Amino acid sequence: MATRQRKKSSDYGSVYKGHEGQWSWLFHRVTGVAIILFLFAHVVDTAVVGWGPTAYNRVASVYHNPIVRALELGLVAAVLFHSYNGIKILLIDFFPGLTRHITAIGRATIILFVLSMIPITWIMGSDIIRLLTD
Amino acid sequence: MALSTEPRRGVPDRPSGTAYRVGRDRPVGGFELWTWLFMRISGIVLLILAVGHVLIMHVFDTGVERVDFAFIATRWASPVWRTWDWALLVLALVHGINGLRVITLDYVRPAGVRFAINIFFYTLGFMLFVLGTVIVFTFDPSKWPTT
Repeated sequence: MATRQRKKSSDYGSVYKGHEGQWSWLFHRVTGVAIILFLFAHVVDTAVVGWGPTAYNRVASVYHNPIVRALELGLVAAVLFHSYNGIKILLIDFFPGLTRHITAIGRATIILFVLSMIPITWIMGSDIIRLLTD
Repeated sequence: MALSTEPRRGVPDRPSGTAYRVGRDRPVGGFELWTWLFMRISGIVLLILAVGHVLIMHVFDTGVERVDFAFIATRWASPVWRTWDWALLVLALVHGINGLRVITLDYVRPAGVRFAINIFFYTLGFMLFVLGTVIVFTFDPSKWPTT
């Protein structure tokens, strides 16, 4: 059990004290912020469809740019990481006994994420390369 | 207030074979418990809505390259996709803005500044909710018959 200590500012600053969980916590937070910031823009750009084909197709053409498509690959990676790590959080929260396997579950999350990103990077990457070489 | 008044701590020294303490203390009641539960339930739904959306719209079948006005007109001819997109809009906005609120609890100590930041995001979220809802349910491509 934890022993009660006097409250220091460092107790708030360094949450996991260097365990692997610190990194998944950080990435969960960073990907979450990235996704919601993109969503703010994405709601507006999609709403332009209500102003007709000329306006919307002009907005949509921004997303067809190869550099924007490369950023989009990052967005997909962020959504997938946040999803898989979210599943991990759900498992730990609803089945607290699993905390003793947290290291294995954390590694499984990363492996699943990397395995999923391989075909996705291949699919989106070949589309981007085709755009660049057309 | 039913919230834990314990200061947040890091993971304590861990005798081998015992469980980690993971994450922040779980809320035990009130608003924080309901938002905690909402994050988990909306998270499960978003696993299908958001991951499905991303795979369909951004990965497979040339992704966003094929997305233009005509594509949306065809897609939103189906009430299933309109409902999917609207549910995704609402859940992602509330899930994401509540996430931002939780982050301000960690990094923004002055209560007035935190309140102002959160009010800004609630207002922005509400405006985007209204905009998205109106467009999803009133979009009518027959207003532009040439396409």
